Amino acid sequence: MRQFDTELKELREGIMAMAGVAEEMLELTIQALAEPSQAKADQVNHLDRRMDEWELKLDQQCIDLLALRNPAASDLRRIASSLKIIPELERIGDHCCNIARRVGMVHPPILAGNDLERLGTETRSMVRRAVDAFVSNDAALAHAVILSDDSVDALYGKLYRDLLRSMLADPLCIERASHLILVIKNWERIADQATNIAEEVLFILEGRSAKHTYLRGDSVE
Amino acid sequence: MLTPTLPETKPIKLSVRDMAFSYGPKKILDGLSLDIHAERVTAIIGPSGCGKSTFLKCFNRIHEVAADVNVGGDIQIDGVDIYRGGIDVVDLRRRVGMVFQKPNPFPKSIYENVAFGPRLFGVKDRATLDGIVEDALRKAALWDEVKDRLKESASGMSGGQQQRLCIARALAVNPEVLLMDEPCSALDPIATSKIEDLIGELKESLTIVIVTHNMQQAARVSDYTAFFWLGKLVEMDLTERIFTTPRVQMTEDYITGRFG
Repeated sequence: MRQFDTELKELREGIMAMAGVAEEMLELTIQALAEPSQAKADQVNHLDRRMDEWELKLDQQCIDLLALRNPAASDLRRIASSLKIIPELERIGDHCCNIARRVGMVHPPILAGNDLERLGTETRSMVRRAVDAFVSNDAALAHAVILSDDSVDALYGKLYRDLLRSMLADPLCIERASHLILVIKNWERIADQATNIAEEVLFILEGRSAKHTYLRGDSVE
Repeated sequence: MLTPTLPETKPIKLSVRDMAFSYGPKKILDGLSLDIHAERVTAIIGPSGCGKSTFLKCFNRIHEVAADVNVGGDIQIDGVDIYRGGIDVVDLRRRVGMVFQKPNPFPKSIYENVAFGPRLFGVKDRATLDGIVEDALRKAALWDEVKDRLKESASGMSGGQQQRLCIARALAVNPEVLLMDEPCSALDPIATSKIEDLIGELKESLTIVIVTHNMQQAARVSDYTAFFWLGKLVEMDLTERIFTTPRVQMTEDYITGRFG
């Protein structure tokens, strides 16, 4: 294998490792909220340092590859998109920390049903599938992740309205509900980040931006 | 064969259709068709022996110094066939200048190198020649470096200066097309950078076709890039497309260094 291919493989494996930490944080966040468990919330915060370390390391790897290898075509697209995927993963870690910080503030539960848990698991699934699409070069999977965002947005909207209703019905729950609104907003943002990762995967594989598709056909001079 | 799809505002300067080229029984180029637009830089890339330099030489028929050469198909300049259109070959070579891999100044003074072409075409008046020499040296970004030593031998110049002198020599006869065959391969990075800047300035008024083995150079200086392999055109497109999203896997493999 060429040295450059080895370096690209190392970058790819680094991103997979960083994504692995993100998935671990997502799982712990879901459990910390549901149980609730402050210990698991603390673990989420602890893992965030590893995400930050990965971000610095992988950013540098990308810059080195750009500077030393003059990449072109699919190599260039993969490195350029990696530079965008890495901060998306790092932000996912930050959002998990934001949720974990509120674990002690949202109990006892306000909402009946499992919509809140479903928001977490659907979001986690989007992140997992976006990373799988990156790892396995699977454009169909990346497209599916982008479509899933609508479902998460709808669930977020429903939960938001339910929480507003709860606050109107019982002013005593306003503080908990306010924290929960921030929790669901963080989940919704994580789903956006998974969508962004999937869009980068499509750029790597198809060579055209999958962002802002409503602008297609318009030229920007 | 894949050719660019974007609209182009500059007219076609050189048009090649179904071109073939052979030395005796050895086929060098086959079935080549492409258009080269005026006031654009077109880079030809491809592995050694793919016919890039041969292709370049066909535009001013400089290959005709070799025996047993056969050229088929059409090559047109401004719509006139350069092989069958009754074009005077000396005039063709004035219109289509060439710069080679290794700087090859004549063993004469700097001034005489640049004045050589105009003299050949009958310019005798000293003041006119002085003007042409200064103009060509200025266009080649060399005037300020040599204006006080025009009578000195060109062989005393640095490699980069000699190459710019060769460009000035080509420019002195007011060409429409400049063919450059790996013009920087013998130069250091600073001299290379000067030639590349010069290419950017010259394309304002010239059609430039450059053969280069340096992929980054093709990316830096050209508007279009054509990838040749085994005497055939594999893909031609806007340079930015070739280097970000080539359409043919073979092009991708070549520019990412995975070829062969």
